[in-house]
Parts: sequence; C-alpha cells; structure tokens
Amino acid sequence: MDVAGSLLSMSWYEGLVFGLVAIGVYFTFRVLSFPDLSVDGTFPLGGAIAAVLIVSGVNPFVATLGAFGGGLGAGLVTGLLNTRLRISALLAGILMMVALYSVNLRIMGRANVPLLREVTSFDMVAQILGVKSGMAVSIGFVLVVVFIFVAALNWFLRTEIGLALRATGDNEQMVRGLGADTNKTVLLGCSLSNGLVALAGALVAQNQGFSDVGMGIGMIVMGLASVIIGEGVFRPRGITSILLACLGGTFLYRLFINIALRLGMAPGDLKLITAVLVIIVLAVPYVRKKIRHEWLPPAVRW
Amino acid sequence: MSTIENQSILQLRDVTKIFARGTVDEVKALDSVNLDVYDQDFVTIIGSNGAGKSTLLNIIAGVFPPERGGKVIINGDDVTNLEEYRRAAYVGRVWQEPEVGTARKLSLEENLSLALLRARPRGLRIAINKKRRQLFCEALARLGLGLEDRLDTPAGTLSGGQRQALALVMATISRPAILLLDEHIATLDPKTAQTVLQLSDIIVKREKMTTIMVTHNMEIALRYGDRLIMMHEGRIVVDMGEADKKTLTVSDLVTAFERAAGEQFKDDTILLSPR
Ligand SMILES: Nc1ncnc2c1ncn2[C@@H]1O[C@H](COP(=O)(O)OP(=O)(O)OP(=O)(O)O)[C@@H](O)[C@H]1O
Ligand SMILES: [Mg+2]
Repeated sequence: MDVAGSLLSMSWYEGLVFGLVAIGVYFTFRVLSFPDLSVDGTFPLGGAIAAVLIVSGVNPFVATLGAFGGGLGAGLVTGLLNTRLRISALLAGILMMVALYSVNLRIMGRANVPLLREVTSFDMVAQILGVKSGMAVSIGFVLVVVFIFVAALNWFLRTEIGLALRATGDNEQMVRGLGADTNKTVLLGCSLSNGLVALAGALVAQNQGFSDVGMGIGMIVMGLASVIIGEGVFRPRGITSILLACLGGTFLYRLFINIALRLGMAPGDLKLITAVLVIIVLAVPYVRKKIRHEWLPPAVRW
Repeated sequence: MSTIENQSILQLRDVTKIFARGTVDEVKALDSVNLDVYDQDFVTIIGSNGAGKSTLLNIIAGVFPPERGGKVIINGDDVTNLEEYRRAAYVGRVWQEPEVGTARKLSLEENLSLALLRARPRGLRIAINKKRRQLFCEALARLGLGLEDRLDTPAGTLSGGQRQALALVMATISRPAILLLDEHIATLDPKTAQTVLQLSDIIVKREKMTTIMVTHNMEIALRYGDRLIMMHEGRIVVDMGEADKKTLTVSDLVTAFERAAGEQFKDDTILLSPR
C-alpha cells in the first residue's frame, strides 16, 4: 500500500475507534457540563476487562461487551461521587482516574496482558468472513460497532429521557423545576460516557494485541482535541450532526498526528503537541477579547 | 377574597424559614406564615427587598423545606417534604431572569416538550412527535409574537421578553395546580414588560390558573389579580380581596402598610418604580 493510502486507512480506523472516546467526552463536557477526567482510567479499564476475559476463555464479543459494562459502572461511581457526596465534578473524575489505575492493575494482575496468541473480536470477524485479519477487517468491524452505538445514541438522545439529559447541562435548575431528577440524568450521562470510552479501550487493546495499564494517559485531552476540531470544522447543529462531527473531528486529529509522525515527529512528543493544540484553541476567545479590550470575568477555578 | 366553599389549592401552615441558623448571619426569612389560596385566585404579592417573597415561592416550589412544624399542602396533598423535582407536577414557575426559565441550547419545541412532561414519567418515547408539535405551535401562536414559526431555533436566540413569554407557556402548558411568577417582568424594558404582563394576565384567565405573582410595583399589584398580599420582614402584613382592592390607591396601600408594619414606610424603591 502506498504511503498516503496507509496513512488514510490508519486514520480511518483510529478516527472511528477513538471517535467513541470523543463522543464520550462530548457527552460529559458539553452535554452535561460535567468535566469528567475519569476517562483516562476507564479507557484502560475497558482494555483490562476485555483482555483478562479473553485470556480466561470468554467469547471475545462478550468480553468486549463486558468492558462496556465495566465502563458504565465506573462512570456511575464518578457520577455518584458528585451527586451523592457533592464532590466537584473535576475532583471526582481525578479521584476515579487515580483509583482506577490500581483497579486496572488488580484486574490484569500485572502492567501488561498480551493478546497476540488469543483469538480477539477482530480475528473472529476475519474467521467468520473467511479472510485474513488486517486493516480492512479492522476498519470494517469498528465501523459496524461504531454505527450500532452511534445509531443507538442518536435515537436515545431524542427520547424523553434523552431530552432531559441534554437539558441538564444547559439549565439544571429549570430541568428540576420541570420535574426531572437531574441527579439521575447526571448519573446516566456519566455512565454512558465512560461505557463508550471503555468500549474503545477494549477494541484498541484487541487490535494492538495487548492491554497496558498506561494506555489511557492523555486520553481525555485527545478526546477534547477531537471534539474541539469537530466542532470547529463541521459546525454541527442537531444531534446527528454533532455525533458525526465528533467522529470527523477525531479522524482529522488522527490524520494530523499520523502525518506529523510520518514527517519525523518523535512519538513521545505527541501528547505535548496535543496539549498545546487544545491550549491554543481554548485561549483564542480569551486573547481575542483581550485584544478588543472587552471586559472579562475572572478565571474559573472550580 | 374567595368564598369558603371554593376549593383550597394551597395551604401554608406555620411556615418559618431561617437561613444560616446559629451564625451571626442568621436571617428569619419567613416567620410563621399562614396562607390559604383558593381555586383560580390571582394573588399579587408586594413587599420591600428581603421581605421574604422569593423565599415564600421557593417554599411552595420545594426548593427547600420549611423549618420543622411547618406544612405545605397543595391540592389537599401534604407536599412539605416532597423534593422540588417531584413537586413540579403541582407547581409551574417563571423566574425573574429569562435565562433561568428556558434552556438556551435547546430549541423552542424541545423546551416545550420538556415542560409538557412536567407531571408525567419520562420514558423512551421520542420526545417530539407531530401531535405535540401541533400543540406547541398552537400554544405559541396564541402569544401573537410569531414564535410558532421558530419552533426549531435555539431558545438562546430569543430576546428576553420572548424568552419570558416562552417560559410562561412552559409553566402553564401542562396545567399545574399553581403558577408562581417571581418578578418575571423585572429585567425587561418597560414596553416589553407591559406586553409580557398582559400575556400573563390573558393566560392566567384563559387557563383558569391559580396564580401567585410577586412584583415590586404597587400599581401593577393593584391593577392585576383579585387579591393583594403585602409582606414585611417574613410576615404577611396586608391581605385584601378584590372588593377592597378595587377602590384602593397607592397611597392607601402605603397607609395600610404603615399601620400593619407599625413603622414609618421608608422604602421608596417600591413607590417610585415605573409603571
Ligand atoms: N439562600 C439563602 N441563603 C441565605 N439567606 C437567604 C437566602 N435566600 C434568601 N435569604 C435571605 O432571606 C431574606 C428574604 O429574602 P427573599 O429573597 O425572600 O426576599 P425578597 O422579598 O424576594 O426580596 P427581593 O425583593 O429583593 O427579591 C433576605 O434577608 C435574604 O438575604
Ligand atoms: Mg425576590
């Protein structure tokens, strides 16, 4: 395959699978206004659960769903820390992220679980189709998974419960005044978000052939970068276009990173560059106002 | 005031609310308030800053409970300890700030759909269907502001007055037992305020809503509604029905206040507030 082709197909695959992370991040940051940092812990949690289940002989599809369930549970705990114990969203996420590091080590029993000799979901798909595992199978399988979950979300967000969830981040006081328990919508949103992230972790671990306790580092920032790019480039309006913009933003972000890597960027610099990217985008509105001498409120600390 | 045989919608019994209890900042915002509001009453509440008007509405809406011993009864049900979101079936509310009553990023029809489900369990049905859209369209058309053509625009793009009008429809569309209006025209310019006030009056009468409206403006308190309550330092000091109200002037009201509160009336912000 030529260079451009492999760059593109790599970015396609990553755009889809990490697009799930972006949608999860979108859910908490934008829909719920709940800046949930537990994502850095739930991504490897998904990988850990899937890897351990597969190694112990569980059907890899079931293992992948198990990882999704584990993420739902972890997100629920983050939400409970906030709604029941009144710990700020930011701190609740950080606490979960730290706690999950130990949990993930416990689940795996060590820092890294190889899956190279195991039959993963991707191998199963290839077997069923009677072809060899490879990029085409990876993209195809991930595409189907993403399609199923995005279609389900697209429906769910239009339902009566989904509408209450979307309104929660917008105007919590009003939602309570209209008879919906915002504590429950927050729990539901956090749970779904982390479920998606863990699902992505499970898929990534199976595709790369191992689960590693450190594979979630910086996931939240990458998710944010993808969301910001998606919003900026596609200017989505409406639920479907927002979900697609998250995927599109992730694709563009990954393409950018893959090109930079190809041009000789050290892989270790990737997270720094991503962080700088997010900082620039977040700072632009502030700097623009500063130049125009507009009044600015003091910085938000909490 | 309404007659005895009228059905009682709201009963407050010995409702007290103390903020920051036990600190130097302790405030008795409500002081053993008793109040009966009957079916289709339109009560206006007036009182100086800090008199406890908003606190009273918050108690009715269930934002916080009263001190021990107090009771809130709506439609015969004791709702004293019912959380705010569970009490929404009984209470519709429009706040002072347009931002509080509507969700900025959601479209008009999404806002209305949320409001329509006030008293019903939310499920996995699609929130907006043809029938509901028709209902929203008709409700907005009755406002005469042309909002029915903007069902799918975000509420944040509306002006303050339009948002308050939308909030009014949202507060009444599912016919709660009681409508609370807390200085809902205070942040609007005089002309828009007049429009929203008239819309409120029309909706209250058409829907036969039992209503409590807080205002800072004595003229408005006299002209609208059929019962007037004046609050002072957490107590109801004047409570008069339609017959008394009709013949009353602002200066009569000041005299009534002085007699009831037992002190010189000095809060001229009420007196001087524009029409
Ligand atoms: N959440 C709160 N915490 C502490 N004190 C409060 C709180 N809400 C109200 N208060 C105090 O209770 C008293 C009554 O306040 P309230 O808001 O009910 O007055 P109000 O009649 O609505 O006044 P205004 O006309 O200014 O709106 C005030 O002294 C106020 O400072
Ligand atoms: Mg007030």
